Amino acid sequence: MSAFSRILDLAQGDPQADRVVPKRGHSVRLTLFTSAAMAFLAVFALALSLAAGRLADRWSEALARSSTVRISAPLSEMEAQTWAVLTVLEQTPGVSSARALTDEEQRALLEPWFGPDLPLEDLPIPRLVEVIETAEGYDAEGLRQRLAAEAPGAVLDDHIRWRRPLVRAAGRLRVLGLASLALILASTAAMITLAAQSALASNVRVIRVLRLVGARDVYIARAFVRRFTLRALSGAALGAAIGMIAIALLPRAAEEGAFLTGLGFSGWHWLWPLAVPPLAAFTAFWATRAAALRTLRTLP
Amino acid sequence: MINLDEAAYGYGGTTLLSDMSLRLVPGSFHFLTGPSGAGKTTFLKLCYADLTATAGRVSLFGQDTASMTRDEIADARQRMGVVHQDCEFLDHLPLSENIALPLTVAGRAGPAEESNLEDLMGWVGLSARRDALPPELSGGERQRAALARAVITDPEVLLADEPTGNVDWEMSLRLLQLLVELNRMGKTILVATHDLALIRAAKAQVSARVLRIAKGQLQLAGADL
Repeated sequence: MSAFSRILDLAQGDPQADRVVPKRGHSVRLTLFTSAAMAFLAVFALALSLAAGRLADRWSEALARSSTVRISAPLSEMEAQTWAVLTVLEQTPGVSSARALTDEEQRALLEPWFGPDLPLEDLPIPRLVEVIETAEGYDAEGLRQRLAAEAPGAVLDDHIRWRRPLVRAAGRLRVLGLASLALILASTAAMITLAAQSALASNVRVIRVLRLVGARDVYIARAFVRRFTLRALSGAALGAAIGMIAIALLPRAAEEGAFLTGLGFSGWHWLWPLAVPPLAAFTAFWATRAAALRTLRTLP
Repeated sequence: MINLDEAAYGYGGTTLLSDMSLRLVPGSFHFLTGPSGAGKTTFLKLCYADLTATAGRVSLFGQDTASMTRDEIADARQRMGVVHQDCEFLDHLPLSENIALPLTVAGRAGPAEESNLEDLMGWVGLSARRDALPPELSGGERQRAALARAVITDPEVLLADEPTGNVDWEMSLRLLQLLVELNRMGKTILVATHDLALIRAAKAQVSARVLRIAKGQLQLAGADL
């Protein structure tokens, strides 16, 4: 019998068999609470992971489509080299647009370090040219060679050295989110195992009676497995629903705050949290089954 | 059906039962007697594989209990009815569901079985108590309920441990009558009891062998009964 058909069989259940174990006990509340809390956390871990993935893609795409040419030349040659660079860029396939930053823009870039009223004209500040690429991009090595020939003071920075660590960091954040999900699942399994063992220990007399009338271990285990699976499913459904509502209610902000406020789901990614309750039920199914069969083997 | 070949049982260095040999043939009726603490319950536990013999061999339906898996023991118990001395029930279930428990466990609950359950509850005089919870039952009602639960699956063999232990003489005779009727229906019966008057009453109605456990040995009881 496949795992799916086992779970289907379990969901349909055997109401008569389900009644042989009394429903009382603190393990009911413990399992419901644990499943709800873990599902809530799982939704957040999922949101973090997906948001980190989007962030990595966005950073990668945004930085990949722009680059900078830095011109370091004596003041007397600056104007000529800037024109030469802009001319080369205009003729380069894969460059969508290129423009030299104005003095005000350069001053704004340097203001955090040097303060306002920076006398740009008196300082040997390199001229920056912003390059926007087409979707196809340009041949960076070819452009470097042309720039070296036409404007010796020009250096092309295609942002690779910035892009790589940023994308790597976002990628690791995504892995951390997935690792958190795995840990949450493992913790759920551990707590449900403890709750199931506690339930079995408090029903030793019931188990003895069932054995004496010919119940197999798998029959006894099934009564506990069904109960814990359904509890985990309902608890996780509640926790996931609350988590999704909480994510939906997170404030949206401008682009600058996108890292934090972008923590959420977009488009079809909203379907992912719906997988949390079945996943919790699946975890509870195997955790309880393993715990029950192991405990039953130790009972006389 | 149930065979013991020089079976023994002991624990902690003490031998409680030794050199037990018995062959329960289909349709037979045996009484097992002896003083309290002689080992009657232990003997019965060996017979339904709740204990494993420390020497010799006990076989259930042709299988050595020492080598049976837990599932095989469970399957063998589905072919037997056992009335335990302490008459344990599931306290959260009404009496009718407790009596039907062996059917539930065997996956045999259905309309026909429901009808059998009604007949059986009438047979043991508990129809009016079908919705009562076990803690609400008297000692006699528990004994009758335990007997009904033991026979609900129409088992091949019935083992009963002091089935009249908590009831008055009138109820004892009524329960005995139930056992005799079951034997006449072809069931194999083994009853452990210290009640010699009950054994005498039974021998007047049915051909029963009486075994006695004394000093850890199984003997055939003689004319003193």
